Parts: sequence; C-alpha cells; structure tokens
Amino acid sequence: MRNRLKVLRAERDWSQGDLAERIEVSRQSVNAIETGKYDPSLPLAFRIAKLFGLTVEDIFPQD
Amino acid sequence: MLRTPAWKHYNWRVLWLSLLYVLLLLSAVYGFRHRLISGPLAYAVAILPALPIIGIIGAIGRYLVEEQDEYVRMLMVRQTLWASGFSLSAATIWGFLESFGLIGRVDGYYVVIAWFFGLGVGGLVNRFTLGDGGC
Repeated sequence: MRNRLKVLRAERDWSQGDLAERIEVSRQSVNAIETGKYDPSLPLAFRIAKLFGLTVEDIFPQD
Repeated sequence: MLRTPAWKHYNWRVLWLSLLYVLLLLSAVYGFRHRLISGPLAYAVAILPALPIIGIIGAIGRYLVEEQDEYVRMLMVRQTLWASGFSLSAATIWGFLESFGLIGRVDGYYVVIAWFFGLGVGGLVNRFTLGDGGC
C-alpha cells in the first residue's frame, strides 16, 4: 500500500527507529510499512495517524 | 534478528525445553538399552522425550499470542504455515512411497523434525519475499 510515512518521518527528522519507538513497534515494522511490503492493521494505522496529527487517509491515500 | 520481549521469552522457553528434551531422551535410551524398564512404565518413559517437543510447539503458539509487534508476528505466522505445508507434504509423499514399498520405513517423529526444518524454509521465504528473515 502506498503511503506518506517516509516523507512525514523525514519532515520531523526522525529515524525509522525513532518512529518505531513512538508507535511501539520494531524498526523492521516501520521499514516494511514504509516500503509497502506490509499493510498495518487498523489500530496501528490509527496510532500512526494520531502521532502525526493526521487522518489515516492522509497517510495512506487511496489510489 | 528481531529481539522483542516476547521473542526473548520464547527463546528462554525453547532453551529450557531443549535441555529437558536431551535429558529425557538420554534417560529413556539408557533405560531401554539396559532393560531397566518394562510393562506400562515403558510406555510412559517412551513418551517422555515427546513432551518437551510438544512444549516447544506450545511455546511457538504462546509466542504468537504474546508478540505485540504485528509485523513480527506475521513473519512467524508465515513461517509456521510454511513449516506445516512442508512437513505435511513431505509426510504424504513419504507415506505413499512407503506404502508402495519403494522406500524404507521412517519413525513418525521425523514429521516434527521436518516441521522445524520447514520453519527455516519459511524464514528463507520471508527473507526473499519481504527482505526480512524475522525470528
């Protein structure tokens, strides 16, 4: 799934590890989501959206 | 290698169960080799080495329940599915070859060895398809 996670993270100058710590997952999870290899569950997607103060659709836009 | 708290607990459980397995297996082999066991007790002692193996399978199930990182959990689920598919397929093929008298008999517990080997196959599949070997 296409997403803006990498851009949002870069805007805040966070490493994958920094983001992983904030949303309480492994760095591998952040990498897998960023590269579109793994689609997060709804609870995790909401957690990510809440962290960035955005909606889920803002971060995971539909094609 | 991923090191979540659940993974560390799983590793400890598997370590202790493996040590218990070696202890029980050596004890059972010694008992049978020296003809110290007979009757109903022989059945109980013969089953003893299987219990830690069943425990390891249970530890994998418990790990899947305890793992909070959903991506890491998915990696292990994929590995166990590959392990199940691999071991059941191998057992089925072997069973037919054995039934038609083309190969020799193999002890049933080799299925679980094939299953653990299948976990490794699943790890390789994860690495090639997701770039992550996982646990």
